Amino acid sequence: MTQLILYDAFNGLIVGAFYALMALGLSLILNLSGVINFAHGGFLAIGAYIAFTLIPYVGFWGALVIAPALTGIFGLIIERLLIRPLYGRDPLYSLLLTFGLAFMFEDGTRYIWGPSTLPFSVPDWLNEPLSGQYFFLTGYRLFMVALVSLTVIVLFVLLTRTRLGVRIRAGTLDLETVSVLGVNVRILRSLNFGLGIYMAGLAGVLAAGMLGLQPTIGSDLIMPSFVAVIIGGLGSLPGTLVGGLLIGVASGLTTVWFPSASEAVIYVLMALVLLVRPRGLFGEEGRF
Amino acid sequence: MRTRSQKIVAAVLIWCVLLSMPLWINQVGGYTQLGTRVLVMALAAMALNFLLGFTGVLSFGHAAYFGLGVYGTGLIIKYVVSSTFAGMAVGVLTAVVAAAMIGYLIVHLRGIYFAMVTIAFGQVFYFIAYRWNGVTGGDDGLSGWNRLPIDFGVGRLDILHSPVTFYYFVLFFFAVGVGLMAMLLRSPFGRTLLAIRENERRTRFLGVVVERHIWLSWVISCTFVGLAGALYALLNNFADPHDLRWDQSGEFVIMAVLGGMRSFWGPLVGAAIFVVLQDYVSTMTENWMSFIGMFFVLVVLFFPRGVLGVFRRRIAT
Repeated sequence: MTQLILYDAFNGLIVGAFYALMALGLSLILNLSGVINFAHGGFLAIGAYIAFTLIPYVGFWGALVIAPALTGIFGLIIERLLIRPLYGRDPLYSLLLTFGLAFMFEDGTRYIWGPSTLPFSVPDWLNEPLSGQYFFLTGYRLFMVALVSLTVIVLFVLLTRTRLGVRIRAGTLDLETVSVLGVNVRILRSLNFGLGIYMAGLAGVLAAGMLGLQPTIGSDLIMPSFVAVIIGGLGSLPGTLVGGLLIGVASGLTTVWFPSASEAVIYVLMALVLLVRPRGLFGEEGRF
Repeated sequence: MRTRSQKIVAAVLIWCVLLSMPLWINQVGGYTQLGTRVLVMALAAMALNFLLGFTGVLSFGHAAYFGLGVYGTGLIIKYVVSSTFAGMAVGVLTAVVAAAMIGYLIVHLRGIYFAMVTIAFGQVFYFIAYRWNGVTGGDDGLSGWNRLPIDFGVGRLDILHSPVTFYYFVLFFFAVGVGLMAMLLRSPFGRTLLAIRENERRTRFLGVVVERHIWLSWVISCTFVGLAGALYALLNNFADPHDLRWDQSGEFVIMAVLGGMRSFWGPLVGAAIFVVLQDYVSTMTENWMSFIGMFFVLVVLFFPRGVLGVFRRRIAT
């Protein structure tokens, strides 16, 4: 029993790390540009499929480096062409546009790569269990946790220590003032969008290695990421991180006792958080 | 602004079209059930627009209450009592209760935060319907039941076997729903909602309890969406978990936007265009998702004011 609980909790933590990685990208875009990016799951799927296509040529490690970058560039193009004209308009429109994009991306990946689940190979030595007793501790899972942690640390260093990061955070608080101070807000928003999509691409490669690759991979992961952002509180990146891990573990632990409720439980958690703290765990009052 | 007489002419025209639809829809390449589906979707989109266009609150999770109407109706007719009206009543009631409770949690939120939370809450019911195999049929949907003819004692309304009778049955509820919403919008309550849409802070300074009004508007909107859901269940004799999913919510919003959010009849036009197009595209190609997606993108880029919005501007200039 203890092992089962440990297994599910650990599993939940890994899934939570995914959610967090995805939700952080979502949060970055939402905070600075006020765009709810429904297509985030679609970008994730595109990242995963690009990696799948690249693996025969550059191997898993090469794909892990190149695929998220390509996804990020693709995100920059989409932002420039479709999303930029909608800044400053009612958020309804960007929501509807990214919603349509999500449909197109999912169907597009299905059209190009087929509807069936594709095998996504990770290096063999990563897949071996590290310990006989705790069979679920495969190298790949530990590697994922390590990589997500590293990404999060790099992101927070970027946001607190570099000029770009400081501008992004300042823009989150008051974009107009940042603009008046001479920062090119257009470029800032673009880079920020690209950064968020890069993280979606990275999450895609990692998710494909664990869940296998199918066109719905993105739309299955998008809703929990929304919940992670809401629970953490809009406007707070550390909150988003905590929110992601929290719902992952909660969902994992529910699997032990009541497997069929493992998806619904995160929404119950969200309802409880909203009841006690309407602005989310780490959200600032009055910002949204 | 349009004059009163123009409005009356428009309303008379619309009702003439709706009342005569079964007479000509087959001649123009449609079929009666398609017309019924337009009515149901239009009722849902107009109900959503009560909140979106006339209160200024963006909900992206209305499929939840639509789906509760669908499942409430189906479950009652299948398991409890063989009565069309009982099924509809429970379906609508389920939607109202859920909306009242969730509404209480979210009325303090605004803008994109409100939208996100409504999206997320919609998914709870989807997962319940999807996972609770034994009762709801899970992914396969709830089948094995159908709408029942209605006995009035003096006469019998055979809505099961005659699509045309069922069309008028739906049209009756559509008229009731739309009529009630129009009355509410003309009342002082409706004017207050418009005031909230235009400037929430000023309205609050006038002493209006904004949260209570938004909550009421939300519940009213969800009630009629639930009614549309109940009718949709009867139309299909089937409940599909997809009716509860976020895709469906998005479709309601696009119908409202496409027709024109600022006009009362706009969502009807949007729903008609959307439903007919969807019907046509899904027979033509397997990649209908791409087409619907592209449709969303094109509407946002080129028709943000909706068909009626563009039309009105032409008249004004």
